[in-house]
Amino acid sequence: MSEFFASIGFLQEGPFAVPRWEALFEKGMDTLWQGAATTLLVASLGLALALVLGIVIGVMSASHWRIPRAFARGYVEFFQNTPLLIQVFMLYNALPLLFEGLFLPVVTIGILGVGMYHGAYIAEVVRAGIQSIGRGQLEAALSQGFGYVGAMRYIVVPQAMRIVLPPMTNQAVSLIKNTSVIAIIAGGDLMYAGDSFAGRFGHYGPTYVMVGLIYFLMCFPLAILARRLEERLRAD
Amino acid sequence: MDAFMSSPVMDMLTDSLLWLGLGRGLILTLEVAVLAIVLSFVFGTILGAMRYSRLPVISHVAGMYVEIIRNLPVLLLILTSYFVLGLPAMWAATIGLTIYTSAIIAEVIRGGLNSVPKGQWEAARSQGFSFLQSMRHVVLPPAVVKMIPPIVSQFITVIKDSSFAMAIGAYELMFKGTILAATFWKPEQIITIYIVISLIYFTINFAISTFARRIQAKLSVGRGSIGA
Repeated sequence: MSEFFASIGFLQEGPFAVPRWEALFEKGMDTLWQGAATTLLVASLGLALALVLGIVIGVMSASHWRIPRAFARGYVEFFQNTPLLIQVFMLYNALPLLFEGLFLPVVTIGILGVGMYHGAYIAEVVRAGIQSIGRGQLEAALSQGFGYVGAMRYIVVPQAMRIVLPPMTNQAVSLIKNTSVIAIIAGGDLMYAGDSFAGRFGHYGPTYVMVGLIYFLMCFPLAILARRLEERLRAD
Repeated sequence: MDAFMSSPVMDMLTDSLLWLGLGRGLILTLEVAVLAIVLSFVFGTILGAMRYSRLPVISHVAGMYVEIIRNLPVLLLILTSYFVLGLPAMWAATIGLTIYTSAIIAEVIRGGLNSVPKGQWEAARSQGFSFLQSMRHVVLPPAVVKMIPPIVSQFITVIKDSSFAMAIGAYELMFKGTILAATFWKPEQIITIYIVISLIYFTINFAISTFARRIQAKLSVGRGSIGA
Protein backbone atom coordinates (compact mmCIF):
# COMPACT_ATOMS: atom_id res chain seq x y z
CA MET A 1 0.00 0.00 0.00
CA SER A 2 2.74 2.45 0.91
CA GLU A 3 4.43 1.64 -2.41
CA PHE A 4 1.23 2.57 -4.11
CA PHE A 5 1.18 5.96 -2.40
CA ALA A 6 4.87 6.44 -3.06
CA SER A 7 4.13 6.08 -6.76
CA ILE A 8 1.74 9.04 -6.70
CA GLY A 9 3.85 12.09 -7.48
CA PHE A 10 1.97 14.88 -5.75
CA LEU A 11 1.88 12.93 -2.48
CA GLN A 12 5.68 12.90 -2.36
CA GLU A 13 6.54 16.35 -3.61
CA GLY A 14 4.81 19.68 -4.10
CA PRO A 15 3.20 22.00 -1.58
CA PHE A 16 0.90 19.35 -0.06
CA ALA A 17 3.31 16.38 0.01
CA VAL A 18 2.84 13.77 2.72
CA PRO A 19 6.22 14.45 4.42
CA ARG A 20 5.14 18.06 4.91
CA TRP A 21 1.99 16.92 6.70
CA GLU A 22 4.07 14.59 8.87
CA ALA A 23 6.41 17.45 9.79
CA LEU A 24 3.45 19.64 10.70
CA PHE A 25 1.93 17.02 12.99
CA GLU A 26 5.27 16.12 14.58
CA LYS A 27 6.75 19.57 15.11
CA GLY A 28 4.24 22.25 14.29
CA MET A 29 1.05 21.64 16.23
CA ASP A 30 2.34 22.86 19.61
CA THR A 31 3.26 26.20 18.06
CA LEU A 32 -0.13 26.45 16.38
CA TRP A 33 -2.06 25.70 19.58
CA GLN A 34 -0.05 28.32 21.45
CA GLY A 35 -0.84 30.81 18.71
CA ALA A 36 -4.51 29.81 18.84
CA ALA A 37 -4.53 30.50 22.60
CA THR A 38 -3.11 33.99 21.99
CA THR A 39 -5.71 34.59 19.26
CA LEU A 40 -8.49 33.56 21.66
CA LEU A 41 -7.10 35.87 24.35
CA VAL A 42 -6.86 38.86 21.98
CA ALA A 43 -10.28 38.10 20.51
CA SER A 44 -12.11 37.76 23.83
CA LEU A 45 -10.61 40.85 25.48
CA GLY A 46 -10.88 42.74 22.18
CA LEU A 47 -14.57 41.79 21.94
CA ALA A 48 -15.17 42.95 25.51
CA LEU A 49 -13.58 46.31 24.70
CA ALA A 50 -15.50 46.56 21.40
CA LEU A 51 -18.80 45.90 23.17
CA VAL A 52 -18.18 48.55 25.84
CA LEU A 53 -17.02 51.15 23.30
CA GLY A 54 -19.77 50.18 20.85
CA ILE A 55 -22.58 50.52 23.39
CA VAL A 56 -21.28 53.82 24.83
CA ILE A 57 -20.63 55.40 21.43
CA GLY A 58 -23.79 53.93 19.89
CA VAL A 59 -25.93 55.42 22.67
CA MET A 60 -24.06 58.73 22.26
CA SER A 61 -24.76 58.87 18.53
CA ALA A 62 -28.47 58.19 19.11
CA SER A 63 -28.74 60.92 21.76
CA HIS A 64 -30.10 64.49 21.39
CA TRP A 65 -26.99 66.14 22.74
CA ARG A 66 -24.99 67.61 19.94
CA ILE A 67 -21.46 67.32 21.29
CA PRO A 68 -21.54 63.62 22.22
CA ARG A 69 -23.29 62.94 18.91
CA ALA A 70 -20.61 64.77 16.94
CA PHE A 71 -17.87 62.96 18.85
CA ALA A 72 -19.53 59.59 18.18
CA ARG A 73 -19.92 60.40 14.46
CA GLY A 74 -16.26 61.36 14.21
CA TYR A 75 -15.17 58.21 15.99
CA VAL A 76 -17.25 55.93 13.77
CA GLU A 77 -16.25 57.65 10.52
CA PHE A 78 -12.54 57.59 11.38
CA PHE A 79 -12.41 53.92 12.40
CA GLN A 80 -14.68 52.66 9.61
CA ASN A 81 -12.85 54.52 6.86
CA THR A 82 -9.21 53.79 7.70
CA PRO A 83 -7.55 50.35 7.64
CA LEU A 84 -7.22 48.44 10.90
CA LEU A 85 -3.61 47.83 9.96
CA ILE A 86 -2.72 51.53 10.06
CA GLN A 87 -4.43 51.90 13.43
CA VAL A 88 -2.35 49.01 14.69
CA PHE A 89 0.80 50.59 13.26
CA MET A 90 0.00 53.88 14.96
CA LEU A 91 -0.17 52.05 18.28
CA TYR A 92 2.97 50.10 17.44
CA ASN A 93 5.22 52.75 15.82
CA ALA A 94 3.77 56.19 16.50
CA LEU A 95 2.58 55.88 20.11
CA PRO A 96 6.07 55.26 21.55
CA LEU A 97 7.21 58.42 19.74
CA LEU A 98 4.31 60.50 21.00
CA PHE A 99 4.70 59.39 24.58
CA GLU A 100 8.33 58.59 24.97
CA GLY A 101 9.02 54.97 25.69
CA LEU A 102 5.37 53.87 25.76
CA PHE A 103 5.93 50.50 24.15
CA LEU A 104 2.76 48.47 24.47
CA PRO A 105 3.04 44.67 24.31
CA VAL A 106 1.83 43.40 20.91
CA VAL A 107 -1.02 41.48 22.52
CA THR A 108 -2.26 44.71 24.12
CA ILE A 109 -1.96 46.47 20.76
CA GLY A 110 -4.05 43.69 19.24
CA ILE A 111 -6.74 44.02 21.91
CA LEU A 112 -6.87 47.83 21.59
CA GLY A 113 -6.71 47.64 17.79
CA VAL A 114 -9.58 45.22 17.15
CA GLY A 115 -11.50 46.61 20.14
CA MET A 116 -11.52 50.19 18.86
CA TYR A 117 -12.03 49.19 15.20
CA HIS A 118 -14.97 46.86 15.80
CA GLY A 119 -16.23 49.18 18.52
CA ALA A 120 -17.04 51.61 15.70
CA TYR A 121 -19.00 48.94 13.79
CA ILE A 122 -20.84 47.81 16.91
CA ALA A 123 -21.67 51.47 17.67
CA GLU A 124 -23.44 51.68 14.31
CA VAL A 125 -25.33 48.48 15.05
CA VAL A 126 -26.37 49.81 18.46
CA ARG A 127 -27.43 53.17 17.00
CA ALA A 128 -29.57 51.49 14.34
CA GLY A 129 -31.05 49.25 17.02
CA ILE A 130 -31.98 52.14 19.29
CA GLN A 131 -33.44 54.18 16.43
CA SER A 132 -35.54 51.22 15.30
CA ILE A 133 -37.31 51.21 18.66
CA GLY A 134 -38.91 54.54 17.89
CA ARG A 135 -39.31 57.77 19.77
CA GLY A 136 -42.64 56.76 21.25
CA GLN A 137 -41.10 54.19 23.57
CA LEU A 138 -38.49 56.66 24.83
CA GLU A 139 -41.04 59.45 25.25
CA ALA A 140 -43.43 57.16 27.09
CA ALA A 141 -40.65 56.15 29.45
CA LEU A 142 -39.56 59.74 30.01
CA SER A 143 -43.15 60.81 30.69
CA GLN A 144 -43.40 58.08 33.30
CA GLY A 145 -40.57 59.66 35.26
CA PHE A 146 -37.57 57.72 33.92
CA GLY A 147 -34.41 59.75 33.37
CA TYR A 148 -32.73 59.48 29.94
CA VAL A 149 -30.22 56.90 31.18
CA GLY A 150 -32.92 54.97 33.04
CA ALA A 151 -35.23 54.97 30.02
CA MET A 152 -32.39 53.65 27.86
CA ARG A 153 -31.36 51.08 30.44
CA TYR A 154 -34.80 49.62 31.20
CA ILE A 155 -36.98 50.38 28.17
CA VAL A 156 -35.06 50.98 24.94
CA VAL A 157 -31.93 48.82 25.23
CA PRO A 158 -33.67 45.56 26.22
CA GLN A 159 -35.95 45.84 23.16
CA ALA A 160 -33.13 46.92 20.85
CA MET A 161 -31.07 43.96 22.06
CA ARG A 162 -33.05 41.44 20.00
CA ILE A 163 -32.55 43.42 16.80
CA VAL A 164 -28.93 44.12 17.56
CA LEU A 165 -27.80 40.60 18.49
CA PRO A 166 -27.48 39.04 15.00
CA PRO A 167 -25.29 41.79 13.47
CA MET A 168 -23.31 41.97 16.71
CA THR A 169 -22.57 38.26 16.50
CA ASN A 170 -21.37 38.78 12.93
CA GLN A 171 -19.08 41.50 14.23
CA ALA A 172 -17.64 39.02 16.74
CA VAL A 173 -16.80 36.70 13.83
CA SER A 174 -15.09 39.54 11.92
CA LEU A 175 -13.23 40.50 15.06
CA ILE A 176 -11.80 37.01 15.51
CA LYS A 177 -10.65 36.99 11.88
CA ASN A 178 -9.18 40.49 12.14
CA THR A 179 -7.04 39.59 15.15
CA SER A 180 -4.80 38.04 12.49
CA VAL A 181 -3.41 41.49 11.59
CA ILE A 182 -1.14 41.41 14.61
CA ALA A 183 0.78 38.68 12.78
CA ILE A 184 2.24 41.56 10.73
CA ILE A 185 3.76 43.08 13.90
CA ALA A 186 4.92 39.65 15.18
CA GLY A 187 1.94 39.30 17.50
CA GLY A 188 2.44 35.63 18.37
CA ASP A 189 -1.15 34.83 17.36
CA LEU A 190 -2.36 31.84 15.31
CA MET A 191 -1.61 33.48 11.96
CA TYR A 192 1.87 34.45 13.12
CA ALA A 193 2.56 31.01 14.59
CA GLY A 194 1.47 29.35 11.35
CA ASP A 195 3.43 31.74 9.21
CA SER A 196 6.64 31.37 11.18
CA PHE A 197 6.43 27.57 11.31
CA ALA A 198 5.62 27.41 7.61
CA GLY A 199 8.39 29.85 6.76
CA ARG A 200 11.03 27.98 8.71
CA PHE A 201 10.59 24.72 6.80
CA GLY A 202 8.63 25.82 3.75
CA HIS A 203 5.62 23.70 4.70
CA TYR A 204 3.14 26.39 3.70
CA GLY A 205 0.43 24.15 2.24
CA PRO A 206 -0.44 21.91 5.22
CA THR A 207 0.26 24.63 7.78
CA TYR A 208 -2.11 27.12 6.17
CA VAL A 209 -4.80 24.46 5.80
CA MET A 210 -4.48 23.68 9.52
CA VAL A 211 -4.44 27.38 10.48
CA GLY A 212 -7.55 27.89 8.35
CA LEU A 213 -9.24 24.91 9.99
CA ILE A 214 -8.58 26.32 13.48
CA TYR A 215 -9.91 29.77 12.52
CA PHE A 216 -12.93 28.07 10.96
CA LEU A 217 -13.61 26.14 14.16
CA MET A 218 -13.50 29.40 16.13
CA CYS A 219 -15.75 31.35 13.76
CA PHE A 220 -18.24 28.83 12.36
CA PRO A 221 -20.24 28.24 15.59
CA LEU A 222 -20.70 32.01 15.97
CA ALA A 223 -21.69 32.36 12.31
CA ILE A 224 -24.34 29.65 12.80
CA LEU A 225 -25.54 31.39 15.96
CA ALA A 226 -25.86 34.69 14.05
CA ARG A 227 -28.00 32.98 11.41
CA ARG A 228 -30.24 31.35 14.05
CA LEU A 229 -30.77 34.72 15.72
CA GLU A 230 -31.60 36.30 12.37
CA GLU A 231 -34.11 33.61 11.54
CA ARG A 232 -35.73 33.93 14.94
CA LEU A 233 -36.01 37.68 14.49
CA ARG A 234 -37.59 37.25 11.05
CA ALA A 235 -40.05 34.66 12.35
CA ASP A 236 -41.45 37.10 14.94
CA MET B 1 5.79 81.68 10.23
CA ASP B 2 9.31 81.22 8.92
CA ALA B 3 10.11 78.94 11.82
CA PHE B 4 7.05 76.87 10.99
CA MET B 5 7.74 76.74 7.26
CA SER B 6 11.27 75.48 7.87
CA SER B 7 10.26 72.89 10.48
CA PRO B 8 11.25 69.27 9.80
CA VAL B 9 7.61 68.35 9.17
CA MET B 10 7.18 71.09 6.57
CA ASP B 11 10.48 70.16 4.91
CA MET B 12 9.19 66.63 4.63
CA LEU B 13 5.74 67.61 3.39
CA THR B 14 7.14 69.93 0.71
CA ASP B 15 9.48 67.22 -0.58
CA SER B 16 8.05 65.91 -3.83
CA LEU B 17 9.74 62.53 -3.30
CA LEU B 18 7.40 61.82 -0.39
CA TRP B 19 4.33 62.46 -2.52
CA LEU B 20 5.77 60.56 -5.44
CA GLY B 21 6.32 57.54 -3.19
CA LEU B 22 2.89 57.73 -1.57
CA GLY B 23 1.32 58.32 -5.00
CA ARG B 24 2.90 55.15 -6.37
CA GLY B 25 1.65 53.25 -3.34
CA LEU B 26 -1.84 54.66 -3.77
CA ILE B 27 -1.93 53.63 -7.43
CA LEU B 28 -1.06 50.04 -6.54
CA THR B 29 -3.62 50.06 -3.71
CA LEU B 30 -6.31 51.24 -6.12
CA GLU B 31 -5.26 48.75 -8.81
CA VAL B 32 -5.48 45.84 -6.39
CA ALA B 33 -8.72 47.07 -4.80
CA VAL B 34 -10.57 47.91 -8.04
CA LEU B 35 -9.53 44.66 -9.70
CA ALA B 36 -10.54 42.66 -6.63
CA ILE B 37 -13.88 44.51 -6.44
CA VAL B 38 -14.69 43.89 -10.12
CA LEU B 39 -13.69 40.21 -9.98
CA SER B 40 -15.56 39.70 -6.68
CA PHE B 41 -18.68 41.24 -8.13
CA VAL B 42 -18.58 38.83 -11.08
CA PHE B 43 -17.78 35.71 -9.04
CA GLY B 44 -20.04 36.77 -6.19
CA THR B 45 -22.99 37.14 -8.58
CA ILE B 46 -22.27 33.75 -10.12
CA LEU B 47 -21.99 32.14 -6.67
CA GLY B 48 -25.16 33.88 -5.52
CA ALA B 49 -27.03 32.61 -8.60
CA MET B 50 -25.61 29.10 -8.12
CA ARG B 51 -27.23 28.95 -4.68
CA TYR B 52 -30.65 29.19 -6.38
CA SER B 53 -29.83 26.38 -8.82
CA ARG B 54 -32.28 23.51 -9.08
CA LEU B 55 -29.35 21.10 -9.22
CA PRO B 56 -28.48 20.36 -5.58
CA VAL B 57 -24.80 19.71 -6.44
CA ILE B 58 -24.35 23.24 -7.73
CA SER B 59 -26.17 24.97 -4.89
CA HIS B 60 -24.30 22.86 -2.31
CA VAL B 61 -20.89 23.63 -3.81
CA ALA B 62 -21.66 27.36 -3.77
CA GLY B 63 -23.07 27.13 -0.24
CA MET B 64 -20.01 25.31 1.06
CA TYR B 65 -17.65 27.77 -0.60
CA VAL B 66 -19.43 30.68 1.07
CA GLU B 67 -19.59 28.95 4.48
CA ILE B 68 -15.91 28.05 4.50
CA ILE B 69 -14.41 31.20 3.04
CA ARG B 70 -16.29 33.74 5.09
CA ASN B 71 -15.04 32.10 8.28
CA LEU B 72 -11.38 32.54 7.33
CA PRO B 73 -9.20 35.66 7.76
CA VAL B 74 -8.46 37.57 4.54
CA LEU B 75 -4.82 37.70 5.55
CA LEU B 76 -4.65 33.89 5.48
CA LEU B 77 -6.10 33.85 1.95
CA ILE B 78 -3.60 36.48 0.78
CA LEU B 79 -0.68 34.56 2.31
CA THR B 80 -1.96 31.32 0.79
CA SER B 81 -2.23 32.90 -2.65
CA TYR B 82 1.35 34.09 -2.30
CA PHE B 83 3.15 31.18 -0.68
CA VAL B 84 1.08 28.16 -1.78
CA LEU B 85 -0.22 29.27 -5.17
CA GLY B 86 3.07 31.10 -5.77
CA LEU B 87 1.52 34.19 -7.38
CA PRO B 88 3.44 37.48 -7.62
CA ALA B 89 2.67 39.80 -4.70
CA MET B 90 0.21 42.09 -6.45
CA TRP B 91 -1.78 39.20 -7.90
CA ALA B 92 -1.67 37.28 -4.65
CA ALA B 93 -3.23 40.28 -2.91
CA THR B 94 -5.86 40.67 -5.63
CA ILE B 95 -6.77 36.98 -5.73
CA GLY B 96 -6.75 36.62 -1.94
CA LEU B 97 -9.13 39.55 -1.60
CA THR B 98 -11.28 38.22 -4.46
CA ILE B 99 -11.62 34.74 -2.97
CA TYR B 100 -12.90 36.29 0.25
CA THR B 101 -15.04 39.11 -1.11
CA SER B 102 -16.85 36.89 -3.65
CA ALA B 103 -18.22 34.83 -0.76
CA ILE B 104 -19.45 37.97 1.03
CA ILE B 105 -21.05 39.39 -2.13
CA ALA B 106 -22.78 36.05 -2.78
CA GLU B 107 -24.32 36.25 0.70
CA VAL B 108 -25.41 39.84 0.18
CA ILE B 109 -27.09 38.97 -3.12
CA ARG B 110 -28.87 36.03 -1.57
CA GLY B 111 -30.00 38.17 1.36
CA GLY B 112 -31.28 40.86 -1.01
CA LEU B 113 -33.25 38.43 -3.16
CA ASN B 114 -34.64 36.66 -0.09
CA SER B 115 -35.83 39.98 1.31
CA VAL B 116 -38.40 40.26 -1.50
CA PRO B 117 -41.48 38.31 -0.38
CA LYS B 118 -42.10 35.15 -2.42
CA GLY B 119 -45.63 36.34 -3.13
CA GLN B 120 -44.37 39.19 -5.31
CA TRP B 121 -42.45 36.77 -7.46
CA GLU B 122 -45.42 34.45 -7.80
CA ALA B 123 -47.72 37.38 -8.54
CA ALA B 124 -45.43 38.56 -11.33
CA ARG B 125 -45.22 35.08 -12.88
CA SER B 126 -48.98 34.59 -12.65
CA GLN B 127 -49.51 37.86 -14.51
CA GLY B 128 -47.58 36.50 -17.46
CA PHE B 129 -44.16 38.03 -16.76
CA SER B 130 -41.31 35.83 -17.91
CA PHE B 131 -38.50 34.84 -15.53
CA LEU B 132 -36.31 37.67 -16.72
CA GLN B 133 -39.14 40.21 -16.74
CA SER B 134 -40.14 39.30 -13.18
CA MET B 135 -36.51 39.65 -12.12
CA ARG B 136 -36.02 42.91 -13.95
CA HIS B 137 -39.25 44.68 -13.02
CA VAL B 138 -40.45 43.12 -9.78
CA VAL B 139 -37.77 41.36 -7.75
CA LEU B 140 -34.55 43.20 -8.52
CA PRO B 141 -35.56 46.84 -7.91
CA PRO B 142 -36.33 46.47 -4.20
CA ALA B 143 -33.62 43.81 -3.77
CA VAL B 144 -30.92 46.07 -5.24
CA VAL B 145 -31.85 48.91 -2.87
CA LYS B 146 -31.33 46.42 -0.02
CA MET B 147 -28.01 45.21 -1.46
CA ILE B 148 -26.35 48.58 -2.03
CA PRO B 149 -25.33 49.46 1.54
CA PRO B 150 -23.67 46.11 2.39
CA ILE B 151 -21.99 45.91 -1.02
CA VAL B 152 -20.55 49.41 -0.73
CA SER B 153 -19.34 48.81 2.81
CA GLN B 154 -17.73 45.59 1.57
CA PHE B 155 -15.96 47.52 -1.19
CA ILE B 156 -14.63 49.96 1.40
CA THR B 157 -13.45 46.93 3.38
CA VAL B 158 -11.57 45.72 0.29
CA ILE B 159 -9.76 49.06 -0.02
CA LYS B 160 -8.85 48.90 3.66
CA ASP B 161 -7.88 45.24 3.63
CA SER B 162 -5.68 45.69 0.57
CA SER B 163 -3.23 47.06 3.17
CA PHE B 164 -2.73 43.44 4.32
CA ALA B 165 -0.71 43.02 1.12
CA MET B 166 2.11 44.65 3.03
CA ALA B 167 2.58 41.23 4.69
CA ILE B 168 3.74 39.82 1.35
CA GLY B 169 5.79 42.87 0.43
CA ALA B 170 3.49 44.45 -2.16
CA TYR B 171 4.35 48.13 -2.38
CA GLU B 172 0.85 49.45 -1.79
CA LEU B 173 0.08 52.64 0.13
CA MET B 174 0.45 51.18 3.62
CA PHE B 175 3.78 49.44 2.94
CA LYS B 176 5.12 52.36 0.93
CA GLY B 177 4.20 54.72 3.77
CA THR B 178 5.83 52.51 6.39
CA ILE B 179 9.03 52.35 4.34
CA LEU B 180 9.00 56.13 3.87
CA ALA B 181 8.36 56.64 7.59
CA ALA B 182 11.50 54.63 8.33
CA THR B 183 13.62 57.07 6.32
CA PHE B 184 12.80 59.90 8.74
CA TRP B 185 13.98 60.04 12.30
CA LYS B 186 12.13 62.89 13.96
CA PRO B 187 9.06 61.63 15.85
CA GLU B 188 6.81 64.38 14.51
CA GLN B 189 7.80 63.47 10.94
CA ILE B 190 7.02 59.80 11.41
CA ILE B 191 3.72 60.54 13.10
CA THR B 192 2.84 62.98 10.33
CA ILE B 193 3.40 60.29 7.69
CA TYR B 194 1.02 57.93 9.45
CA ILE B 195 -1.55 60.71 9.69
CA VAL B 196 -1.14 61.47 5.98
CA ILE B 197 -1.65 57.81 5.03
CA SER B 198 -4.75 57.61 7.24
CA LEU B 199 -6.13 60.76 5.64
CA ILE B 200 -5.63 59.36 2.13
CA TYR B 201 -7.53 56.17 2.98
CA PHE B 202 -10.12 58.20 4.85
CA THR B 203 -10.77 60.62 1.99
CA ILE B 204 -11.32 57.84 -0.55
CA ASN B 205 -13.52 55.71 1.67
CA PHE B 206 -15.52 58.60 3.06
CA ALA B 207 -16.20 59.87 -0.47
CA ILE B 208 -17.40 56.41 -1.54
CA SER B 209 -19.69 55.94 1.45
CA THR B 210 -21.16 59.44 1.13
CA PHE B 211 -21.81 58.93 -2.58
CA ALA B 212 -23.42 55.54 -1.92
CA ARG B 213 -25.67 56.97 0.79
CA ARG B 214 -26.90 59.59 -1.67
CA ILE B 215 -27.62 57.03 -4.41
CA GLN B 216 -29.47 54.83 -1.99
CA ALA B 217 -31.59 57.73 -0.73
CA LYS B 218 -32.45 58.59 -4.34
CA LEU B 219 -33.36 55.00 -5.22
CA SER B 220 -35.56 54.51 -2.19
CA VAL B 221 -37.34 57.83 -2.81
CA GLY B 222 -37.89 56.84 -6.44
CA ARG B 223 -39.46 53.54 -5.38
CA GLY B 224 -41.67 55.26 -2.86
CA SER B 225 -43.05 57.70 -5.40
CA ILE B 226 -43.83 54.93 -7.89
CA GLY B 227 -45.82 53.11 -5.25
CA ALA B 228 -47.63 56.31 -4.26
